[in-house]
Amino acid sequence: MKKMKSFISMMAAAAMLAGTLAGCGNSGADTATTAGESTATEATEGAASGATFKFGSIGPLTGGAAAYGNAVANSIELAVAEINANGGINGYQVECRGEDDELNAEKSVNAYNTLKDWGMQFLIGSTTSACSLAVSENTHEDNMFQLTPSASAADCVAYDNVFRVCFSDPNQGLASAQYIGAHKLASKVGIIYDSSDVYSSGIYQTFAQEAPNQGFEVVSAEAFTADSKTDFSVQLQKAKDAGAELLFLPIYYTEASLILTQANTMGYAPTFFGVDGMDGILTVENFDTSLAEGLMLLTPFAADATDDLTVNYVKNYQDKFGETPNQFGADAYDAVYVIKQCLEETGATPDMSVSDLCESLKSTIVTITASGLTSDTMTWDASGEPNKEPKAVVIKDGAYVTAE
Amino acid sequence: MSFLVYLINGLSLGSIYAIIALGYTMVYGIAKMLNFAHGDFIMVGCYVIFTICSTLSGNTFVGIIAAVILCTLLGVTTEKVAYKPLRGAASPLAVLITAIGVSYFLENLALLIFGADIKSFSSVVAWQGLSFAGGDLKIQGVTIVTILTSVVILIVLQLFIHKTKEGQAMLAVAEDKGAAMLMGINVNKTISLTFAIGSALAAIAGALLCSAYPSLSPYLGAMPGIKAFVAAVFGGIGSIPGAMIGGLVLGIVEILSRTYISSQLSDAIVFGILIVVLLVKPTGLLGKKIQEKV
Amino acid sequence: MAEKKRIKSNLITYGIVIGLYLVMEILMKTGNLSSHLKGLLVPMTYYAIIAVALNLCVGILGELSIGHCGFMCIGAFASSIFSKLTQNALPTPVRFFMAFVVGIAVAALFGFLIGIPVLRLKGDYLAIVTLAFGEIIKNVINAIYFGVDSKGAHISLNNVMDLGMEPDGQVIINGAMGITGTPRDANFTIAIVVLLLALFVVLNLMNSRDGRAIMAVRDNSIAAESAGINVTRYKMMAFTISAAIAGAAGVLFSHNITSLTATSQYFGYNASIMILVYVVLGGIGNIRGSVIAAAILYLLPEMLRGLNTYRMLIYSIVLIVMMLFNWAPAAVDWRNRVKHKFIKRNA
Repeated sequence: MKKMKSFISMMAAAAMLAGTLAGCGNSGADTATTAGESTATEATEGAASGATFKFGSIGPLTGGAAAYGNAVANSIELAVAEINANGGINGYQVECRGEDDELNAEKSVNAYNTLKDWGMQFLIGSTTSACSLAVSENTHEDNMFQLTPSASAADCVAYDNVFRVCFSDPNQGLASAQYIGAHKLASKVGIIYDSSDVYSSGIYQTFAQEAPNQGFEVVSAEAFTADSKTDFSVQLQKAKDAGAELLFLPIYYTEASLILTQANTMGYAPTFFGVDGMDGILTVENFDTSLAEGLMLLTPFAADATDDLTVNYVKNYQDKFGETPNQFGADAYDAVYVIKQCLEETGATPDMSVSDLCESLKSTIVTITASGLTSDTMTWDASGEPNKEPKAVVIKDGAYVTAE
Repeated sequence: MSFLVYLINGLSLGSIYAIIALGYTMVYGIAKMLNFAHGDFIMVGCYVIFTICSTLSGNTFVGIIAAVILCTLLGVTTEKVAYKPLRGAASPLAVLITAIGVSYFLENLALLIFGADIKSFSSVVAWQGLSFAGGDLKIQGVTIVTILTSVVILIVLQLFIHKTKEGQAMLAVAEDKGAAMLMGINVNKTISLTFAIGSALAAIAGALLCSAYPSLSPYLGAMPGIKAFVAAVFGGIGSIPGAMIGGLVLGIVEILSRTYISSQLSDAIVFGILIVVLLVKPTGLLGKKIQEKV
Repeated sequence: MAEKKRIKSNLITYGIVIGLYLVMEILMKTGNLSSHLKGLLVPMTYYAIIAVALNLCVGILGELSIGHCGFMCIGAFASSIFSKLTQNALPTPVRFFMAFVVGIAVAALFGFLIGIPVLRLKGDYLAIVTLAFGEIIKNVINAIYFGVDSKGAHISLNNVMDLGMEPDGQVIINGAMGITGTPRDANFTIAIVVLLLALFVVLNLMNSRDGRAIMAVRDNSIAAESAGINVTRYKMMAFTISAAIAGAAGVLFSHNITSLTATSQYFGYNASIMILVYVVLGGIGNIRGSVIAAAILYLLPEMLRGLNTYRMLIYSIVLIVMMLFNWAPAAVDWRNRVKHKFIKRNA
């Protein structure tokens, strides 16, 4: 009796799954066509047999970090639409598809495999470090070219087929410490970092190691975790009591906006100094930007820069998605164009195998000089790290101004 | 001196936990179910206020009322659709899992409607608060309002439960559903009412949570929700004064352990203290002792 | 008669697992399996394993645990440290086998130690304490810095600088950055063998003298005690075995993904609740159900990928509907009525 019941319910569950499997087939095809909407219409004029280049991306599209993954997926869509409108790459149209990994390395690998089944030739991802690291194991095995826009942990580019657009964590920690030291911004520095986050603790580590060489003292280094990131009163109070004149925040703008608000209510006003994760703070809906006055950050991208490229990108992004893009999006946008430039350099075609494309890109990317949203001159070496200058900006009257 | 500052910070965090825990414990005490979606009701309340006050630039008061009404409706509907059919199921875990389903549903719905980017919430409490010792010792307005609100809620709830007919019915249902039904109490209506009150409290808690920590995201309710649940257990789940005390103690412990022991390990310390308390008092600080009979 | 029925039921359970394995292997060998599904096989199996472990705790022992992923976490980290240290010293099969021994032993040890205080509590209080332990494990591992160099092992709870490592040293656990570069030793065959072993242990336990004692404790601990059953001993036994099996799932986890971090996505209470969902939907106390439910529910969100942003929303609705259909008394009655009609017509 009891067994019968559980049997029936299992069958019901299986039937439901079968239903979704069937449903998935259809809708999967649907999304592929919508992703390459412009492709379908223009493919007729495209070259041989309507073959296309296929760009895949992976990032957290749902869950607490969805803001970052969506910025990446949206920006790639935007860049691909532009490229297609301008005649594609080497005369071939481009398709893109973004998959969700929920900030979970295991699901990131699943997403990678899904994209592989779809026929992906280049991976722009994963968006976050731990996920990218796990996926790089697979791309290495398959010899697929991987260009991560924003995975910044040192090990992410360990394999020779993996490159990145953003700065590495150690690089950012070092650059921040050197900038603070060189400009004598403070002699006593406090740090608030996320000890449960790979990105944040990575930057913190190199920053703290470099501090003694730069003539300033780290007077308080306090952590928070993903499970307790609403109240920062203790961390702020400790920095205040230790007399920190500058507060280094190697964290994302989501938490930083809370820290700024809380520092304001307790009447503590040191110089705040952030890294690229801080970009986006001015675009938080309803945020009192006067709180961010005087905030300095090292970032390769500023959404309100006035060069044509940025202005166009930000405008198109806002028109299409109703939000202002952040540096994740900018890195991803650049990634698409970097791959485009490499492909054009070698005249590659979509009928080449994934592995051949990877070999060709690997040898080309180290020779090109790319220009994009996040830098005018980007070059890569075989280690996978980009060479570009971080820009130090300071927020004045609710806008970024170059700091010098 | 600095100890006092930290203590007050703990109090302000604790007051938020307390007000969320009140709603949690209320529902648990009467419906005997862990409403895992309670944290997400809070999130819904916050978004309603945000939409009315910031997007439509409406009145704060109107926003709060709208949030309370909407959350109440949401709570009652959820109970009717998702929880009630499972009353009397073979295992009490069934409704717990469904509550988790409801929680996922609300989070993902909010994600689709409002997007993943955080939004900054304008405080519903305009008052800056009190300042002592030349500004070194500050008690924020929202802290005072939160504590006062939770005390008012505590008193009103206690009066309601002990003095009104509906409240008495709740006590009876909490004690023994079957017997209550035999005595002519409408159990379904009583549980609906409990959910209505619990969800209305969630809306109020949401307004205060987001005033104190003004960052709005679809997942904002999850972590405070679980912490408040811990607080409710700490104080003895089902006990209304227990939830209040549990919340305040939890907030203070969290802040003090972060201050004096380790900021990296504060979560572990908070949970460690919870375990120790439960080992000494297995049903929480003010929980009723359950005597198992053969 | 009952004995025969039981053996038959157990054989069906093993049969389902082996059958699934063979089908997948054949599909894989003939190249008919997409890379996506291929990649899902190992995770699916270790989630089935931990679901079996949790069902032992929830269904057989009757104690709700919402911190079981903590044991998985311990198994994952312990075995990963072992594999990193012996990566060049031992041949792969030996090393991976030893990694299992280490992972399972450490998880069992923690299960035992945590069981001592936890099992003194009851009901929701017990559940919340397991949640607390799960969170503590995650939080502490996130703060551990551990490295090995020519002078021996170094450990710190502060930061990597405090380790004071020699230049030749290797940092193994780097706080929140966890362990990177664990060898990818796990594959579907090994995972299935572990699942079969886990099933064997649990199913045999259920039908043994010890298992009956455990179930007697679940049904009425006072009655069991008065019948001369040592309640604490049997509770501890079931809890420790459950933790050990969860540890085995952790070993597979860490040797399938190269970047291991103690974050809430994998080991927090959310993840533990996910496993609980598998157990409840598969049937509390129904071991076969747990395996099937874990497989189906792990696949479900993956199969919904085509729905993009609506994916998790649909998943949550399916979850609620499945729960109502499986558990609501009205739905159960309705199903029984339909079944009776069906049987009558056939008879």
